[in-house]
Amino acid sequence: MPINDKNGVKVWQVRDRNSQLIRWAMWMAAGIIFYVSWMKISDQTTWFFVYDAPRIAADIGGRAFPPRWSYISQLGKPIWDTLNIATLGTFFALCMAVPIAFLAARNTTPSKLFIRPIALLIIVSTRSINSLIWALLLVSIIGPGVFAGMVAISIRSIGFCAKLLYEAIEEIDENQVEAITATGATRWQTMVFGIVPQILPAFAGIAVFRWDINIRESTVLGLVGAGGIGLQLQSSLNTLAWPQVSLILAVILVAVVIGEWVSAKVRGAII
Amino acid sequence: MSVTLESQVGTPWKKPPFIQNSTIRWGLLIIATVYFFMALGSMDVNWERVYFGLERGRRFVAAFLHPDFGSRASDIKEGMMESVIMTVTSTVVGITISIPIALGAARNIAPLPVYLVCRFIISISRALNEIIVAILFVAIFGFGPLAGFLTLSFATIGFLAKLLAEEIEDMNKVQAEAVKATGSSWLQWINFGVQPQIMPRLIGLSIYRLDINFRESAVLGLVGAGGIGATLNTAFDRYEFDTVAAILLIIIVVVMILEYLSGIIRARVQ
Amino acid sequence: MLKLEKLTKVYKTGDKALSDVDLEVGKGQVIALIGPSGAGKSTLIRCINRLVDPSSGTATLDGVNLTSLGSGALRRERRRMGMIFQEYALVERLTVMENVLSGRLGYVGFWRSFLRKFPQSDVDEAYRLLDRVGLLHMADKRADELSGGQRQRVGICRALIQDPALLLVDEPTASLDPKTSREIMRLITEMCKERGLAAIINIHDVNLAQMFVQRVVALNLGEIIFDGGPTELTPDVLTRIYGEEDWEATIETVDDDEEGEA
Repeated sequence: MPINDKNGVKVWQVRDRNSQLIRWAMWMAAGIIFYVSWMKISDQTTWFFVYDAPRIAADIGGRAFPPRWSYISQLGKPIWDTLNIATLGTFFALCMAVPIAFLAARNTTPSKLFIRPIALLIIVSTRSINSLIWALLLVSIIGPGVFAGMVAISIRSIGFCAKLLYEAIEEIDENQVEAITATGATRWQTMVFGIVPQILPAFAGIAVFRWDINIRESTVLGLVGAGGIGLQLQSSLNTLAWPQVSLILAVILVAVVIGEWVSAKVRGAII
Repeated sequence: MSVTLESQVGTPWKKPPFIQNSTIRWGLLIIATVYFFMALGSMDVNWERVYFGLERGRRFVAAFLHPDFGSRASDIKEGMMESVIMTVTSTVVGITISIPIALGAARNIAPLPVYLVCRFIISISRALNEIIVAILFVAIFGFGPLAGFLTLSFATIGFLAKLLAEEIEDMNKVQAEAVKATGSSWLQWINFGVQPQIMPRLIGLSIYRLDINFRESAVLGLVGAGGIGATLNTAFDRYEFDTVAAILLIIIVVVMILEYLSGIIRARVQ
Repeated sequence: MLKLEKLTKVYKTGDKALSDVDLEVGKGQVIALIGPSGAGKSTLIRCINRLVDPSSGTATLDGVNLTSLGSGALRRERRRMGMIFQEYALVERLTVMENVLSGRLGYVGFWRSFLRKFPQSDVDEAYRLLDRVGLLHMADKRADELSGGQRQRVGICRALIQDPALLLVDEPTASLDPKTSREIMRLITEMCKERGLAAIINIHDVNLAQMFVQRVVALNLGEIIFDGGPTELTPDVLTRIYGEEDWEATIETVDDDEEGEA
């Protein structure tokens, strides 16, 4: 504890002089970085539009209300598609994430030197890239539609699910696995009896959690042509049909809330 | 006990099912199967188109072996700079705003009306997808990084304030009470009783959010809200897969670096 | 039947857990392995069924050299060695019955075990064992609903259903209260007598060892420093094993207990 002697009076401080200086320098640097960044944004902003923003917002708001309720009859199919994209996407993602997670976990991988890095690379690269970018890519490869959206959602979810799952595998109680090994069980039997029961709750939690996220993400995939309710949103925006936009946003909001509610219920039932 | 050895030996054993009621069990199974096949049926895949696409897919994969950083270097550089700037500023602003909201959204330290208002803000921010928010902000504030910055700040609030509020609600009461017992003011109480307890979590979450914000900033450009997304979109439109590969590789590498750093920092603060 | 010759284990960190251990266990003989923490008791047991691979030396079970077995043959030999663990090591999210039946994994194929379709003879044997340890009514409970003593009984059933020739028991009572500890020790030794099993029981409680076992082996720093009957454990011997301490009290209570038990 640094105590300075100032004119014969002992002064207590939390930090000594040097660490105090370093802290100040770091705060200064952070402040400067923030300021420079902000100036960059400011340079590229047409401030005239921003000053005008309240008026524009009020204008859009005025046009958007009341929503065009009759349009809802055309939203049934898109919502159904959105749900399917999210659910099937999660399903197929889990099918691939499980083996990858086992290959990536330190205690179950067959080879730490070769296979584990490959599995980790798959995990990192699939989860670094947003599902909207995957959708963009898949639309340009296999053409627009619900299928591209579903594939995009599942690719994005592989890395996410596999990462959480392999962390769960690495945290299991090795004693239980050892006990099963000691009975003379084969590698696969040990997996089924010793490891799987331990990670099953984590697996279920991850599945539901990701499904909830996927519902949100699949609502916007249509913006790049990958199916679902986003398609309607895109075309309504293009034609500046604000009453339809507000209705679509309301529907999306309801879908998201229901999705969150369902996933919370299921998680509660499992754990 | 009615279970005796005599009554059990010779009877087959079956694992007790997860759902006891057999009607519900079979019902759920049938519903799930039917739904699964209906959903698959609705996919409506044009296999011919997919087949043609495979060639493009192969070109895309091949592009990762020789990514082209050069021909659009200035676009990429500018886009990346913009993404990074949006990430940094929005994370800072988002954190600054979410701390008071988190305090307000913790039931154990906030009065009910404040609690409800803060929880409402959090729900709104979490329910709206970033892309949708970005579209609205672009419509209101015009194209450019400002819209992206606002979007990410807004999204950060919902994420950080919610998790932070949960952390505050889970904190050790005794420590906080001990500080209160010294006769401290409310701010002093927060500073000495609450802050030390939630600081590690706050730092961890902030870095995690920085990571998320960077990934999100890469797509905001698709709707005109600034960042690398616009460059990416153009490259896709022109089928310049070499450039696409270059951009994606940069994103992956930056995310990996951020994750590595966050691992180190989180290990240090805990 | 079990013979260890110059068994040595050096861990990667350089710690020498066992050095040149020679030990012979006859058919149906139960021995207690005592010694301070870190003496290598656990390692010794795990070197026999090769949960830990010994660095050198051999372990032979009925003429089969365990240390040189390939993985398939090792699994077959593991079936003949039942193991009982300190913290029970039950798979907590499986039912009691599944835990007991997991002792048969070495005998049934993958798909049968995956679908939980064990042969009726195995199921009957599991019921008999559970009845023997007084847990038949718990068969379909999940293992994490059981108390410590109950879990260890299930652990014993799992080891016995393997139809082993040898039991490897690792601190069976370390996390149990004194009364339950005695019950468990009595159960293990009784079962060994009934079925003519040999057993090596790691135990840190000298009292318990003296109460239930006819031969005591002491390990310190990876070497055997005592091998004899329970009455030969004099204060001098205990001092050699554990270090300086007043041992008279320990030994006296043992005598009292033995009279009380009889």
